[in-house]
Amino acid sequence: MSKKYNGIVIFYGVWVLILIILPLLIVFAISFIDGDIYDLSSVSFTLDNYKQAFSKNYFGVMTKSIWMALECNIICFLIGYPIAYIISEMKSKNRNIMVLLLLAPMWSNFLLRTYSWMVVLGNNGPINSLLKSIGVGSVQLMYNDFGVILGMVYNFLPFMILPIYLSLTRIDSGLVEAAKDLGATNKNVFFRVKFPLSIPGVFSGTTLVFLPAITSFVISRLLGGGQYILIGNLIEHKLVVQQEWQVGSAIAVVLMIILLAFLAVLRKVARNKLELSLW
Amino acid sequence: MVKTVKKISIGLVMLFLYLPIIVLMIYSFNSSEFLGVWEGFSFKWYAELVRNAELKEALYYTISIAVLATIIATIIGVFVSVGLYYSSSKLKKAVTTANYLPIVNPDLITGISLMIFFVILRIRFGFSTMLLAHIIFDVAYVIVVVLPKLMHIDFAQIEAAMDLGAKRITILFKIILPQIKQGILAGALLAFTMSIDDFVISFFTAGNRATNLSISIYSMARRGIKPYVNALATLMFVGIILLILLINKINNEKEEKGRLLNYE
Repeated sequence: MSKKYNGIVIFYGVWVLILIILPLLIVFAISFIDGDIYDLSSVSFTLDNYKQAFSKNYFGVMTKSIWMALECNIICFLIGYPIAYIISEMKSKNRNIMVLLLLAPMWSNFLLRTYSWMVVLGNNGPINSLLKSIGVGSVQLMYNDFGVILGMVYNFLPFMILPIYLSLTRIDSGLVEAAKDLGATNKNVFFRVKFPLSIPGVFSGTTLVFLPAITSFVISRLLGGGQYILIGNLIEHKLVVQQEWQVGSAIAVVLMIILLAFLAVLRKVARNKLELSLW
Repeated sequence: MVKTVKKISIGLVMLFLYLPIIVLMIYSFNSSEFLGVWEGFSFKWYAELVRNAELKEALYYTISIAVLATIIATIIGVFVSVGLYYSSSKLKKAVTTANYLPIVNPDLITGISLMIFFVILRIRFGFSTMLLAHIIFDVAYVIVVVLPKLMHIDFAQIEAAMDLGAKRITILFKIILPQIKQGILAGALLAFTMSIDDFVISFFTAGNRATNLSISIYSMARRGIKPYVNALATLMFVGIILLILLINKINNEKEEKGRLLNYE
């Protein structure tokens, strides 16, 4: 009886294999070939695509992308943690309203959210109009690193706040009471009880911010301008504009390796931290 | 003192989150084409929006793809989930793990891998490639939502039905589907929103012959600030807020009803 439904499961297994895993393997394979991708007899193995991917200019783009994603992460943490903490200490009704308010902008279109900052930061936008009217003169707020980081923080901040908030609200209040009964000051309660227990939330927030930040190409295009290039823009340009499949694939593979390396490091740090907090 | 600091920090973050939306809404009613000057209240950008042929086409693609992808993905997703419910734990584990791939993978990676896949197979980019891409990620979301609901069904119910001679199809329609109705609805809703809102995967799989709202907004925004985009954004923001209020109201009424029933 139960065997009769196996057909559909196998169908989906094949579906995943062909439509999800195979395309990833093709990207990997193409990154190592030289020649016409339509003509299998003409292709040969090469590492040239990777040589290009690691050429001086592109390497600079990669390190810059990693740096920007880390910077965005640090800012999201510095703003997000206190906010998550404040919300977690509110009454439950207010908490729900706050979470709803945090999430509501996320439900609107991502492109429009990013576009809206073009309007705010622009030379004729409200901030520059204000600065001009008080005699400061206009300041370049976008088409630079500042604009891009701001756009990233704006779009990804809720991804940092929510997991931290969730791990803070899940802390057993008995632990906090016990610490206080034993004479811990508020400072000690936070640093020795609450913060260590919220670290899993910090780690999942960090993952949720880093992945979209390093793969983003829209924010850097719109708020950084046409000349601003991060790794996502480079991949888009190679594939969509230049149709250089081989080099584009090689850069994409490098990006995937960066992602996996980041996740591996994070997991290792998390394990060490969790062991520490058990002490 | 501490309380004030807390209130101010929350206020600042909320200002940060809502400032661009409010600015956009105000500018959408500005009759001047230039942002810095206020020339009076006007609906002219909304009128221009309605006349914009590019956006109309994009809206058509967005909605038809979202509707088709949701229907197809929900049907596939529900059947696969039922199959997984019946299948051996080994197979179940392998397939559910693989199913997380399109959800965890960054959109950029999914998008370009599908793009290169279509290029290699020499499939013409357009409506059908974009639809297929949407179905692929939608099915994954439907399974993630529906499968946990299925797991709550006690297998004894199904065994009892089988002992009484019920056919497979009867069991499916009389026992399984009625119990996961809510999950199916939630899965379909999630698939629909993911589809409506998608940009990156659509961007890489649509080619030149198809577009959607996100792709159009991207190409318009790249050319600079256009007042009718402000109008579009305002309409979409207001639509979302109304939707949230509606969902909230339905939830509250449900809770209220539940409370009344409990008292009885």
